[in-house]
Amino acid sequence: MSEIIVVTSGKGGVGKTTTSASLACGLARKGKKVAVIDFDIGLRNLDLVMGCERRVVYDFVNVIQGDCTLKQALIRDKRLENLSVLAASQTRDKDALTSEGVKKVLDELAADGFDYVICDSPAGIEKGAHLAMYYADRAVVVVNPEVSSVRDSDRILGLLASKTAKAEAGGSRVQEHLLLTRYSPRRVAAGEMMSVEDVKEILGLDVIGVIPESPDVLSASNAGTPVILNDGSDVAAAYEDAVSRLLGEQRPLRFVTEPRKGFFARMFGG
Amino acid sequence: MGLLDLFRRSTPSASVAKERLRIIVAQERSQRGGPDYLPLLRRELLEVIRKYVNVDPDAIQINLEREEGQEVLEFSVALPEKPRPQGA
Repeated sequence: MSEIIVVTSGKGGVGKTTTSASLACGLARKGKKVAVIDFDIGLRNLDLVMGCERRVVYDFVNVIQGDCTLKQALIRDKRLENLSVLAASQTRDKDALTSEGVKKVLDELAADGFDYVICDSPAGIEKGAHLAMYYADRAVVVVNPEVSSVRDSDRILGLLASKTAKAEAGGSRVQEHLLLTRYSPRRVAAGEMMSVEDVKEILGLDVIGVIPESPDVLSASNAGTPVILNDGSDVAAAYEDAVSRLLGEQRPLRFVTEPRKGFFARMFGG
Repeated sequence: MGLLDLFRRSTPSASVAKERLRIIVAQERSQRGGPDYLPLLRRELLEVIRKYVNVDPDAIQINLEREEGQEVLEFSVALPEKPRPQGA
């Protein structure tokens, strides 16, 4: 039985794909067999972040429509052998993705012995986002400490609680976690940015990771190397912690306080 | 940043953000799962009331509460303070 984790947010540009790529790599590095699926039909991007864009032959929709087998469409990662990527289709046909088709692919991945399936959701609350979360066991809600992102995340939490297979069947619910990205401890200390505690309090969820704002994220996507593989980077360490917490480990949050205060900040109370 | 800015103490914008979010999230959660007609009902009621009293759009609160198997539609309007304060 594989565990299906949706990485979602509502708002675009908060780091869903970066997070999907890093969580998938992190789980694979821990020996799990992982597939990561791009649900952003029409706007394929996970392949670029994963660095396998030139190896895409078949995509998610091809599998659903029976143009190829799932095995043919899965792209084996060159760095981690137990990690596979399923690219989104570039079709403009919004109905190409169907609930039955998605279920078929997820069932086949489970039968093939995948431990985890990471579903990289598109932004918004339309069909792609709906199908990305529909069969999920768990959800990682990616949020920036910023008003529109937090509000959209709450909207997504509402959908996770009502518009998923688990919710519709009743009994169990999708297990939800928050993952904060672009966090700036300096700006939090200066009162310019909401803190982890603030976001946690508003949304009422546990926090599975806090990723600091860092230029490393852009350089990683430039290079097509998931940022978690950038050993020595704070971002990589923060994602590594999040992966361990996903696997049930208890780890204290890192990179949430300012390393040290400058002279002026101390003098004037920052 | 100029040197003078170091001495100026501005309202921390993060606490403003948090307060605004706390309110809007609570409001949106209370409407969630309710019938889709609530926002339209709210708008139309607002138009009717405005024929008689000029009230702010956010002076109208609609809440749908479920208690013991029945649903109660709670509706309150805060009237402007002029000419004299009145309860809703």
